[in-house]
Amino acid sequence: MNTTSDSVTPPAPPRMLEWIQKNLFNGWLNSALTLIALVFLYFVVVSSARWAFFTADWRPVTTAPLLFLVGQYPREQLWRPGLSMLLSTFMIGISWGIWPRYLKAFSIFLVVLLAGMAIVPLETPTITLGIRAAFLAASLLIYAGYLLGRSKFVNARLAVMLWTVIAVLISLVLLPGIPKSSALPSVPTTAWGGLLITLLLAIGGILLSFPIGVLLALGRRSSLPVVKVFSILFIEVIRGVPLVTILFMFSVILALFLPAESRIDRILRALMGMVVFSAAYTAENVRGGLQAIPPGQVEAAKALGLNGFQTTTLIVLPQALRLVIPAIVGQFISLFKDTTLVVIVGINDLLGVGNSVLKLSPEFFRLQMEVYLFIAAIFWVFSYFMSYASLQLEKSLGVGER
Amino acid sequence: MSTEPQQPIIVCKDVHKWFGSFHVLRGINMEVQKGEVVVIFGPSGSGKSTFIRTINRLEEHQRGTIIVDGIELTHDVRNVEAVRMETGMVFQQFNLFPHLTVLQNITLAPIWVRKWPKDKAEKVAMELLERVGIPEQAPKYPGQLSGGQQQRVAIARALAMQPKIMLFDEPTSALDPEMIKEVLDVMIQLARSGMTMLVVTHEMGFARAVADRMYFFDQGQIVESGTPQEIFNNPKEDRTKLFLSQILQH
Ligand SMILES: Nc1ncnc2c1ncn2[C@@H]1O[C@H](COP(=O)(O)OP(=O)(O)OP(=O)(O)O)[C@@H](O)[C@H]1O
Ligand SMILES: [Mg+2]
Repeated sequence: MNTTSDSVTPPAPPRMLEWIQKNLFNGWLNSALTLIALVFLYFVVVSSARWAFFTADWRPVTTAPLLFLVGQYPREQLWRPGLSMLLSTFMIGISWGIWPRYLKAFSIFLVVLLAGMAIVPLETPTITLGIRAAFLAASLLIYAGYLLGRSKFVNARLAVMLWTVIAVLISLVLLPGIPKSSALPSVPTTAWGGLLITLLLAIGGILLSFPIGVLLALGRRSSLPVVKVFSILFIEVIRGVPLVTILFMFSVILALFLPAESRIDRILRALMGMVVFSAAYTAENVRGGLQAIPPGQVEAAKALGLNGFQTTTLIVLPQALRLVIPAIVGQFISLFKDTTLVVIVGINDLLGVGNSVLKLSPEFFRLQMEVYLFIAAIFWVFSYFMSYASLQLEKSLGVGER
Repeated sequence: MSTEPQQPIIVCKDVHKWFGSFHVLRGINMEVQKGEVVVIFGPSGSGKSTFIRTINRLEEHQRGTIIVDGIELTHDVRNVEAVRMETGMVFQQFNLFPHLTVLQNITLAPIWVRKWPKDKAEKVAMELLERVGIPEQAPKYPGQLSGGQQQRVAIARALAMQPKIMLFDEPTSALDPEMIKEVLDVMIQLARSGMTMLVVTHEMGFARAVADRMYFFDQGQIVESGTPQEIFNNPKEDRTKLFLSQILQH
């Protein structure tokens, strides 16, 4: 091997060549396999690119981009989802500044994506100058939020409080509106759709199912028989039923039993179904973590005089939860993908919009490939960044462990 | 009352305990005066750990009475909490909280149980770390410390609650020989400062140096008790003699 000690030569290129030679071309069999793989890769990439840029017909996506974003949300009220987007992106930026390790990649991706959407050369009348301006503003707000989040004016606690306030404001006031008001006329949830619904269901489902799942896991180990039996029944019944069935039960049966005037909104019903389902699985994951905590930890806490609640929240849960982060994030990712099942109870989520777009014109009907690929790409991007953040979290929590 | 010096700080009368049908403690009687250092020793499985854990009710006794600092241990949670405020415990396996730093391990209970402000708790914690000789380890996590250092942190953690009584369950048994001395030195220093201590240990050097009384446990009973002189120089029971001869060979 040629190991030159000459420090003047740039070290990087020879190292890469060395690596290639050592790993890909050591021996004739490996070389042959490498060549075959390269040829195969070349054809796959080239033919996919050729298909995507020349053969594929992206009109179903490009003619109705707003449908994919917000569904039938009234166009004269578009400023409301628009403002929701601006508030959220600003918060994402702030969070990036505070937790760069987990959110940097996703945030930068969003900045580029939103800026791209602002200037994309699409000849669609629905994408007005105002909408383009909103995308550009959102892109810039992420960066502005980042600068603010990095400064000493905002800390993690404040950010979490802001997130909570904004989430409640968006989902309970800004988007649904206030009945009989002229500034914020109510928009029935039947009109909501697209990515808006998908994100609301996913985020709402994750945020609500997590604490419920933790409580169920603790309840399962409780010394109070009523709590224990309830938790076990809840977890085991829900885990024995497919999500589709649960969604049906919540959307049909709940509606049948409650009087018409106290009807719960159908999106809320679907959300409840998702939450109940995800909570049962979260509970089982958390239980695994709880079981892994040695009894000596609880004994030490008790001996110090901590009460049961303090022992659980200060000693047991922090250790148990960090053990099960990968499992729980996996659970959240599948919850996110499972939101597509709400299509069967008539909710117009991203997939629902995709289905309806195909029926917009007879020409579109054969373009299923394009539409579903587009939707798949959106889901993949979000899932990817979620597992990326989880990996970073695992790494950073591993520090100082015994 | 605890203000009267004659009154023993720990009183155990006819304490019994069963694990299922297995009779672990068979009528233990013991009185410990304030400031006394008591060493408990005996063969494996004789109930030493079980007994010392009944003093702060990590184990419940099923018959007899245990009174700690004037408070009787019953099913009343308030009594149990009151006793746990007065007693610190050091375990064989250290049981430090791995997700907290050394400093956080020590300040946790003072902040949450005694409701001290954080800076006061940290000041006291640093003084205790000085006392056990490892102030520089404060920002580290337990997993980054040696066994001897971890056990010294565990002692500091228990002392931070300013207990009147310290319970030790084989504090040096999980340590490599070269680390035993650093922990025993801290314990000897603590004994000489007037702390009331109950120590389950087979470190007879420690017993000789600071114990006021020794209790020999076998099969859930106290076979023999006395001062270290009496136990080492003139044991009365054959079982004590046999056991001592076995452990003193090493
Ligand atoms: N939770 C439990 N359930 C059932 N049996 C137990 C339990 N804890 C301890 N025992 C049994 O009670 C007996 C006394 O145990 P203990 O731990 O008090 O002994 P020890 O004197 O501390 O012994 P060692 O020197 O091995 O620590 C042993 O036979 C043990 O197997
Ligand atoms: Mg023991």
